[in-house]
Amino acid sequence: MKAARHTWQVTLRYLRALFRQPAWIGITLIQPMIWLLLFGALFKSIAKIPGFHGGSYIEFLTPGLIVMLAISSAGWSGMAYIEDMNIGVMDRFLVSPIWRGALNAGSVAQQVIIIALQSLIVAGLSLVVGGHFPNGVGGVAILIGVSALLGASFASLSNALALVVRQRESLIGAVTSVTLPLTFLSTAFMQQTLVPNWIRWVARFNPVNWAVQAGRSAATQHTDWNLVLTRTGLLAGLLLVSAWLATRSFSSYQRSI
Amino acid sequence: MAEAIIARELRKSYPKEVRALDGLSFQVEAGTIFALAGPNGAGKSTTVKILTTLSRPDSGEAQVAGIDVLRHPDRVRQRIGVVGQKTGATPEATGRENLVMQAEIYGLTGRPLRQRVEELLERFQLREAADRSTKTYSGGMRRRLDVALGLVNRPEVLFLDEPTTGLDPEARLELWQEIERLVGGEEMTILLTTHYLDEADRLAGQLAIVDKGRIVAQGTPDALKSELRGDAIQVELANPSSGDQVHEALRSLPGLSAIGLEGSTVRARAEHGASAIPTVLSALEKEGITVASMTLARPSLDDVYLRYAGRLYHDDAKRGEEAA
Repeated sequence: MKAARHTWQVTLRYLRALFRQPAWIGITLIQPMIWLLLFGALFKSIAKIPGFHGGSYIEFLTPGLIVMLAISSAGWSGMAYIEDMNIGVMDRFLVSPIWRGALNAGSVAQQVIIIALQSLIVAGLSLVVGGHFPNGVGGVAILIGVSALLGASFASLSNALALVVRQRESLIGAVTSVTLPLTFLSTAFMQQTLVPNWIRWVARFNPVNWAVQAGRSAATQHTDWNLVLTRTGLLAGLLLVSAWLATRSFSSYQRSI
Repeated sequence: MAEAIIARELRKSYPKEVRALDGLSFQVEAGTIFALAGPNGAGKSTTVKILTTLSRPDSGEAQVAGIDVLRHPDRVRQRIGVVGQKTGATPEATGRENLVMQAEIYGLTGRPLRQRVEELLERFQLREAADRSTKTYSGGMRRRLDVALGLVNRPEVLFLDEPTTGLDPEARLELWQEIERLVGGEEMTILLTTHYLDEADRLAGQLAIVDKGRIVAQGTPDALKSELRGDAIQVELANPSSGDQVHEALRSLPGLSAIGLEGSTVRARAEHGASAIPTVLSALEKEGITVASMTLARPSLDDVYLRYAGRLYHDDAKRGEEAA
């Protein structure tokens, strides 16, 4: 009860901060459109490569893009922590009886809400430009669910890192050097059978690829339920570890001040 | 409960830095205002961080509101209020939203929560601005909100870490009055850190001067000042005079010491400043020296600091501000 109330207050606090910034709302709405239209046009001819199957490229791209947007927004979650440390809010929370888990869970919940909104925008736009979701609403829901699971892990890890490095520059460096390579070491933009062997091998251990595979399989025809379930399980495990790490990192922060 | 705060032999070092606390000990009687004064980097903030459960000492013991800080930080957190050096309010949220969240954290709900929030808004003159984002608040308003946030849970012990730094004189005075009211009206103990000695002098019943992680002097502000014997007398002469002439005039006066002349300014210490004024005046005039003006000053806490920490306090405070 206390945990839920505290988590909700933290979520509310972060959501408020975002929704009161018109610039942020604009960027969040426009960004998915740019990516979908840009990548859709740029890589359109991939669908003509011999060996590519699965219909139009837009249809193939949509799940990959939803996952990419999820991690690229959740990866920055720790920036809000650093801001909170700088203005003194973090210290005020830490000397209060707030449940430490709520500080991470609230921040993650806010990220999940943003991811769900962004994903819906991408899915809707995809329909407009000719994509299909053969498995209907259920498939899209699973796709958004796994993206949110992955995003929640990324947000937790970003928060944990923020508590340890405490510097904007270090966090920016870490986030940019992780999210983009992980995206391209997955099948987000390219079919598995068409990527080099070593990438295919690396992708097996890449959480981003777990989410892409599970989400894409759930959203398109001939869903491989075994794949969806195992990847979802792996992502859930990753989230547990990440959330634990994030909550633990508060003591690392408190030791350093 | 007699002691609201007990700190015993607190030591703490930071990596790559000098020792922040070097065996710091003090006790604060319940229901009083206690000030830790000293230059930046003396260890005041580290002490507050330890006592408020934010940080842990390398060694030593501490109790707040009768509870061991190191063993039961959760229980201490329920009973304290903290107003940090930085604001601590969420800039995008309104004053009311900030207070509601703080009240939720301390477990208030429903009508008691709403009542407490309204009460604090009223008391800190924030009612009109309650639904504006705190980004738009003036420095003084933001500080009042910070204090209100620290009081949401009716703490037994309130920590104010440099509460008036950066405020304009008017806002500073208002906050002082508010702090004085706090102890008057409620059974509350306040630990205040400051690098303004006038602030400690005005607010605190007990004062400890911290330097290099240790307490170098402690007592009531008046007791600390009267340990420095006598008052300072300063006489401005109408015309420059020779030192010999001045010494000749004042030498034989009882209770007068440390006589010095610099240009046309004569300085001396007197055991009883007020009664020394007429004798000094007539002695100088008997020698034909005309006095333009005369001032008498009680020893200030600056003098006390000077005596115990051995350096000029203002230099340090200034250097600290530049560094910050």
